[in-house]
Amino acid sequence: MVRDMAGEILNISNLHVSVEGTEIIKGLSLAISKGEVHAIMGRNGSGKSTLANVLMGHPAYQITSGEISYYGQPLEELEVFERARAGMFLSFQYPSVLPGVKVGTFLKKSIEAVRGEAVKQKDFRNQLKAAMALLDMDRSFLSRYVNDGFSGGEKKRLEILQLVLLQPSLAILDETDSGLDIDALKIVSKGINQVIPQAGCIVITHYQRLLEHVKADYVHVMIDGKIVKSGGPDLAHKLEEQGYDWLEAKA
Amino acid sequence: MSDEAISESDEARDLVGEYQFGFHDEDNSVIRFNNGLSEQIVRDISAIKNEPEWMTDIRVKAYHHFVEREMPKWGSPEILNNIDFEAITYFLRSTDSTKDDWKDVPEDIQNTFDKVGLREAEGTWLGGITAQYDSEAVYHSIREDLESQGVIFLDMDTGLREHPELVKKYFGKVVPHSDNKFAALNTAVWSGGSFVYIPKGVHVEMPIQSYFRINAENMGQFERTLILADEGSSVHYIEGCTAPSFASTALHSAVVELIAMDGAKIRYSTIQNWSNNVLNLVTKRAHAMKNSTVEWIDSNIGSGLTMKYPAILLKGEGSHAEVVSVAYAGKDQHQDTGAKVHHLAANTTSNIISKSISKDGGRSTYRGMLQVLPKAHNCRSKIVCDALMLDPDSRSDTYPTMEIGNSSADLEHEASVSKVSGDQLFYLMSRGFNEQEAMGLIVNGFFEPFTRELPADYAVEMNKLLNIKMEGSIG
Ligand SMILES: Nc1ncnc2c1ncn2[C@@H]1O[C@H](COP(=O)(O)OP(=O)(O)O)[C@@H](O)[C@H]1O
Ligand SMILES: [Mg+2]
Repeated sequence: MVRDMAGEILNISNLHVSVEGTEIIKGLSLAISKGEVHAIMGRNGSGKSTLANVLMGHPAYQITSGEISYYGQPLEELEVFERARAGMFLSFQYPSVLPGVKVGTFLKKSIEAVRGEAVKQKDFRNQLKAAMALLDMDRSFLSRYVNDGFSGGEKKRLEILQLVLLQPSLAILDETDSGLDIDALKIVSKGINQVIPQAGCIVITHYQRLLEHVKADYVHVMIDGKIVKSGGPDLAHKLEEQGYDWLEAKA
Repeated sequence: MSDEAISESDEARDLVGEYQFGFHDEDNSVIRFNNGLSEQIVRDISAIKNEPEWMTDIRVKAYHHFVEREMPKWGSPEILNNIDFEAITYFLRSTDSTKDDWKDVPEDIQNTFDKVGLREAEGTWLGGITAQYDSEAVYHSIREDLESQGVIFLDMDTGLREHPELVKKYFGKVVPHSDNKFAALNTAVWSGGSFVYIPKGVHVEMPIQSYFRINAENMGQFERTLILADEGSSVHYIEGCTAPSFASTALHSAVVELIAMDGAKIRYSTIQNWSNNVLNLVTKRAHAMKNSTVEWIDSNIGSGLTMKYPAILLKGEGSHAEVVSVAYAGKDQHQDTGAKVHHLAANTTSNIISKSISKDGGRSTYRGMLQVLPKAHNCRSKIVCDALMLDPDSRSDTYPTMEIGNSSADLEHEASVSKVSGDQLFYLMSRGFNEQEAMGLIVNGFFEPFTRELPADYAVEMNKLLNIKMEGSIG
């Protein structure tokens, strides 16, 4: 395949990852360019979140071989917060609860940390207002503590609010659709679609239904730490109908 | 705080390391007694203040009790038993009198109170302030509208001179000199502190504040505060304190007595940020009469050793006690703090929230006492104690005591010890925060139940102080 190397954001080549001595990712390669949406589908335990975490730099995961480059630079040189400041964003499958940390304060500080400069209160308020309107979020969110007592759907909505505000150049969305009802799914998709043109996007999901709202350019199937099949949106439909058994037999 | 004030204190921090207020002015004292304690020193303090004889007698009696009284056996006996009382200065007068215009205060002292943010706060949202520098107040102000409503807010020395009958009636009635060794010491050598009287039905809308600054080396500061809130009145009193960083020990031993008459409300907030060479041994107690409310909002983030357990005696039916306390124990710090609530009457309620953080080998201890007398029917109390340990070298202990003499009491007690989780840190770092900033956010969040009780400006200051404390030691 001829790729536009100039627009390439992420390149993963033959990646092997272990946790506490157990290999979870067993030779995975993937390249992502600006504006592309790559869906990664696979059963529970196939290593999807491990991939997301290792990209963001979680210290529990060791890269035993292979390379990841981000805009042509080796990613391993960057600490977690430096990755964020370099434009990477992970929407967590299970976002952490931060007791006592107000959503409003957290968002402003996070924008400032990522951009490396103070943000005027007025500008922040305007951006926040627009993003919250897009995601149909009530102002009362701002004075709650981050993810404290949030429903599954509220947590995911807050993740996407951060996505929209931080405007990353690489977005990794780990099961953002799980726990969302159909209306919430539509709303969250609006947020995702807004960042896609400026970003490369990895969408990890179990279900085809998110892909009805967020158009994937590529669909990859992950089994036991490897991408066993890649294709277009049709592949997602086929998985929805036939499951993973036919691929497992092949692998 | 103005930007200028922040950058000045940043400069100060560069000089003294993590602690922002460790600078000191030259000792230009008008009078400084020789170090050491004796009956004569006690009499000299009383004489130099031209006190009535009854006060001299109280002091001398307390002095003898101090000499005979044994040291507390809890807290940190090693440190307590090593205090060299002969190496402490018991009285130091910095200016000839208390001024009501900053222009009349020596310039270096003005600058010091600028740097700690007091003058800025005075101009914007406080109803009155007293600035104490070593033994006595150097500056005092109160808004005219408060004065015209009959509010009395004075330094304690002036309070004794101008209102001897009130002082005589209430001094030592809530905390008698025989309460403990350090209450006896304070009663013997007290100097400065605040005297506050709020008349019936008067609500003081803007907080009033005292700031206690130790400047001289080897200083002992022994302020004495008495707050009387008459029936149906309310007041919010704030105290802040800082001291220079010296190698030798300074001693701060205050006594604070509060009386909330029927239906009154007193909120007493403390931001304690002494340098690590200060031993902070304080007795604070309140009497709450019928349907009154007393709140201690107490923070201890400075000092090498603090032993302080704000107490409330719920004496009147329907009275309410609230203690919200936070402690931060970093390197070379032991925060031995807590709360005591005594339900002495029926239908009384109390809430105690205690939060502590230990880091870099610091030690925090919660020591609590909840008592319900047999005659106190239908009381309710809730105690929540949370400790957060930031590393395995640090230590946290909890010693709750309960004496429940009435079975109708409705009690809740929750306690937790937690660590910062790796997942929380990873989540925050994935949002652009470095490890130290991430820890700072978690710590600020942990203390939020405290900071939300403070006026907004002080909440911001408090979070800044905590973030400074978080600096340095995290890799
Ligand atoms: N931090 C970890 N410690 C131990 N095992 C882990 C850890 N993270 C993931 N694993 C293991 O790795 C495998 C893949 O998990 P994960 O990446 O979460 O899968 P998925 O997201 O596809 O459901 C599972 O067997 C899981 O138990
Ligand atoms: Mg997963």
